[in-house]
Amino acid sequence: MSRSSGAPSAFGRLLGHRRGFWGGVAVAVMVVTGVLAPAIAPHSYSAQSLLQRLQPPSPAHWLGTDGFGRDVLSRTIWGSRVSLQIGLLATVLSLVVGTLVGSASGYVGGATDTAIMRVADVFLSVPALFLILIVVALFGASLTNTALVIALVTWAPVARIVRSECLSLRARDFVHAAHALGAGHARILGRHVLLNALPVIIVQTSVLLGQTILIESGLSYLGLGAQPPLPSWGNMVVEGRQFLASAWWIATFPGLAIFVTVLAFNLFGDGLRDVIDPALRAET
Amino acid sequence: MEPGLPAYVLKRLGFAVLMLFGVSIILFAIMRVAPGGPEAVLVGGEFSPEAAARVRQRLGLDRPLVTQYAGWVSAVLRGDLGRSFKTNDPVATLIVERLGPTLQLTAGALAVALAVAIPLGVLAAVRRGSVWDTIGSAVSLFGVSFPSFWLGIMLILLFSEAWPLLPPSGLSEYGREGDVTSRLRHAVLPTLTLGLIQMASFMRFTRSSLLEVLGQDYIRTARAKGLGSPRVIWRHALRNALIPVVTVVGLSLPTLVGGAVLTETVFAWPGVGRLAVGAVFERDYPVIMGVNLLVAAVVITANLLTDIAYCFIDPRISYS
Repeated sequence: MSRSSGAPSAFGRLLGHRRGFWGGVAVAVMVVTGVLAPAIAPHSYSAQSLLQRLQPPSPAHWLGTDGFGRDVLSRTIWGSRVSLQIGLLATVLSLVVGTLVGSASGYVGGATDTAIMRVADVFLSVPALFLILIVVALFGASLTNTALVIALVTWAPVARIVRSECLSLRARDFVHAAHALGAGHARILGRHVLLNALPVIIVQTSVLLGQTILIESGLSYLGLGAQPPLPSWGNMVVEGRQFLASAWWIATFPGLAIFVTVLAFNLFGDGLRDVIDPALRAET
Repeated sequence: MEPGLPAYVLKRLGFAVLMLFGVSIILFAIMRVAPGGPEAVLVGGEFSPEAAARVRQRLGLDRPLVTQYAGWVSAVLRGDLGRSFKTNDPVATLIVERLGPTLQLTAGALAVALAVAIPLGVLAAVRRGSVWDTIGSAVSLFGVSFPSFWLGIMLILLFSEAWPLLPPSGLSEYGREGDVTSRLRHAVLPTLTLGLIQMASFMRFTRSSLLEVLGQDYIRTARAKGLGSPRVIWRHALRNALIPVVTVVGLSLPTLVGGAVLTETVFAWPGVGRLAVGAVFERDYPVIMGVNLLVAAVVITANLLTDIAYCFIDPRISYS
């Protein structure tokens, strides 16, 4: 049983939702840019030219060059790959773990629920960046490690949200009806409870993507993200910090790229929330 | 006072102790499972397995993990957080030295965030659909989308480089540590950076919470009695609307402290965040454990205080 009447109408409503639509367009542009980086970047991200160092934006280098004479536009385009890859991987992991744990906790209830939620509380009480910093610094920075550890600290809020949705859904008549018809727990949880919790999970995906990209950029800023010469937006900002007085463009444009991407995911998430489940709007 | 409150507080304190144990076990396990150790940083001169083994023995890292953890816990229960592997200074001293700047930064940021967010949230809710509402929505969306370190750098670019009004880093000018004006000038940019990021969620919750309260019957009754709009909003509506805002303030503490790590790094602010970052890179286990225990304790206590604050804001809430 499904709460929404059909995907096409929801999609149609999203097209008519101005902020959600433009957020979606910006997300699509960012994703396409990341995927097509090798084809669309005008220069190599690592090609150095000391004669060209610290050049301001010009027709030859639209966003200027950095301290090694590398093209800032090309590095920003390549940087989107790292941020989006880690963001996507971390979000998928976080959603899978958070949804499984949260739905089991909310559906089973009782002592299991209490135990799981206390574990989630432990993860929520350590500032995420502290924990991520410790794990990445100790285990080494790689795409998989970084994504894994971001998921380690973001699953708990997802689990809480999914749990509360499942708690309310399991008391609904259609779940009792499924029980009475002899459906097993796995079927009820998968087909009836989780399917109806899907709007909340979808909205959470978009918000989480923005958050994971912000966390990844923060890690890169601290030197724990993608390692040079591979560009990530965070490590480009930190490289630009030392030239702030003489070359403002090096730190400005990659930071702007992070901001626009996260803003796009947030706008898209808001649009999805309004379209898929307007009732959620009042809650946040 | 609510009669069930003392029992509730005691129960929560019990949970808080258990949670602190949980945090310490997770951190301890992560640090000891990770490959390598502090000996790579601490062995002076040429690195050799023998020298590394000597360092591990000196630091007690050659003992079984359970013995190490039990030793750490029993020392903590006696009020001893251990000594830094790197400097041999007591961890508690290192933390206390840096606690002041971090508290100044986080408290200042919280004050800035609330001072802007609550009036803006009220305006956005009361004048729903007006230009104030649009400004409020934009501010809250932008706030949650800004990377704090980049916002800090852009503020430095604007107010220290392009328009040299404020210092870009440090706690005060060298040799003028006691000068209040110098310290305040240095605090402006980091406090604004951290505060503006936090402001977004506070504003959003003030608006949505006030909108909900403004639709309630007792607000209509208050208006029907002929009470003026400001009185209804500030006296009747906002007090109830603040409950979810208090929750958000409590829940935002981990983000605030996490944000302080990056803000302190950008502004070379000598706080606990920078101490933690340095300790992590140097694998200074006692400092990492000490800082995280402190931060977790602060967060857990703040959540508890948030719950108790409900009682005073909304007398309908019962803990019995």
